[in-house]
Amino acid sequence: MLLQASIKECLSSNNYLGNIMHPAFSVIFLTTLIGAAQGLFLALFTGQIFTTFKLMPEQNDPNFYIIGSVLSLMLLTLGLFASFFHLGHPERAWRSIARWRTSWLSREVIALPAMMIGVMAYGAAHFFDLTYPLFETPGGTGLDATLILGFITTVLTYTLFVCTGMIYACIKFLQEWHSPLTVINFILLGTASGFTLATALSAWLNTELSNFYATWAITFTVLALIFRFATVIRNQKITPKSDLRSAIGVRHPKVVQITQGFLGGSFNTREYFHGKSKAVLRNIKYIAFILVFVIPVILLVISLSSKGYFIPLLAILVQYVGLLAERWYFFADANHPQNLYYQNIA
Amino acid sequence: MTQLALVIDLNVCVGCHACVTSCKEWNTSGEAGPMTDKMPYGENPTGTFFNRVQTFEVGTFPNTETVHFPKSCLHCEEPPCVPVCPTGASYKRKQDGIVLVDYDKCIGCKYCSWACPYGARELDEKQRVMKKCTLCVDRIYDELLPEHERKPACVMSCPTSARLFGDVHDPDSEVSKAIRDSNGYQLMPEWGTNPANHYLPRRKVEIKIHTDELKRVDNPLSKEERKKHQAPGTGPSLDDMTTW
Repeated sequence: MLLQASIKECLSSNNYLGNIMHPAFSVIFLTTLIGAAQGLFLALFTGQIFTTFKLMPEQNDPNFYIIGSVLSLMLLTLGLFASFFHLGHPERAWRSIARWRTSWLSREVIALPAMMIGVMAYGAAHFFDLTYPLFETPGGTGLDATLILGFITTVLTYTLFVCTGMIYACIKFLQEWHSPLTVINFILLGTASGFTLATALSAWLNTELSNFYATWAITFTVLALIFRFATVIRNQKITPKSDLRSAIGVRHPKVVQITQGFLGGSFNTREYFHGKSKAVLRNIKYIAFILVFVIPVILLVISLSSKGYFIPLLAILVQYVGLLAERWYFFADANHPQNLYYQNIA
Repeated sequence: MTQLALVIDLNVCVGCHACVTSCKEWNTSGEAGPMTDKMPYGENPTGTFFNRVQTFEVGTFPNTETVHFPKSCLHCEEPPCVPVCPTGASYKRKQDGIVLVDYDKCIGCKYCSWACPYGARELDEKQRVMKKCTLCVDRIYDELLPEHERKPACVMSCPTSARLFGDVHDPDSEVSKAIRDSNGYQLMPEWGTNPANHYLPRRKVEIKIHTDELKRVDNPLSKEERKKHQAPGTGPSLDDMTTW
């Protein structure tokens, strides 16, 4: 009886109208870690482009690119490692490259190692100082191996962003995710955290680039805020396409489930109900907004006029913790239509 | 092209769960097994099932109706769970339209279950692979069984014959006729998944009785009519009713 009461309580606290998908920490870590790694690489290459085309004072500390690439690669590896915990059979993970023609997940599984190789090559080119111009642009700027590898890796980075975003955006049943905003948010949030990380890294290495990166980090964080906020507004206005009438095909305005057919839990009740109250969900949303956007922007603005790496380092740490909360909210925010079938026990 | 499917008659289902238990019994010991149970006699039992019977109440008391609703994989003709599978473990058979999972290829990423609006897929806790109704594919083609038993276990066990099995693409099959004649419908048609399984709606048999059939207004032989004409020879007589 106690069990029945506790399950009932659990089920009633998350009826269909609120907050569903149970977020998996492996996927939260995967997406936030590789997002930051992708952003960091984009930051490195942006810095190099600006320097090469003399859009800002010369800055040629190969160490920055090498250490940056190693850091990016480490984050990508950590993300990949985290993703294995999501699988029932990690030893068969290699099979997941098979269906790249139809599955965005399969495409991501290919894009992630491809980007890792790209970053590795980019870092190696800087390490071996392959800066001899291979050919020249009409403006007289020499293009070397690092630039060409960097360009290729940039393409791979965006490919990975799109694959990761589309994994969620392509599922039409999860209406909260089925939007281009999902892909845009993955790109902007990853880029913002990567540039914040680059700010901290350049401040630590004492390069002249930290103000440059801080400015871009603020820009991307604000852009990400705009799009993430737009997503929250959009998702509040969603009308679920399915209801109990279409779920069981009985045309009546009042249909109530008496029993889902079993007393204990099942995969369906564990995977799609997180069991947290609406208040918890709301608080996590606010915490995410403060930690991802408000505090990092304040810290980055302060870092513009101060020396030392402590403030930008704090900014990226705060922003990363915030991104964990943001990703948790992203998952928990999605309502799966299957939940219509799992509303009650008797 | 063949598309095997179930047709479930909600007008007949009594919610006895015989299909649930027979499905579990057949499949846990068959090719799709084991269907792991965790703590079956413990405090919080859980396990893998391919088929569930759920109960819904329609309307407001006292005008309510109880609907027992069996739910298993609908073997969609446009299965959204198949293209998302990164390994190709999830597939739809060309020869009979059954959607199956290759347990040796499945990596247990659960992505297919995200892509199923019906909640038809369950991750087996022990084997760590995705499982679902196979339409008893190891039974319906088994030539060692007598021909009338080559049907899914749930269909065999249903005491009220609420479950029909057959090819919904063959217009002359039992299932196609049932869908046609009894207004069979698909679940959540708004998603375009085109489920092969169909449901037959609740049907109420009603006799239409009009008030004049209960109370004949012009019956001259009624008690009321006759009371009006107490005096002999003034009221209607049998001569008014019949011709000799």
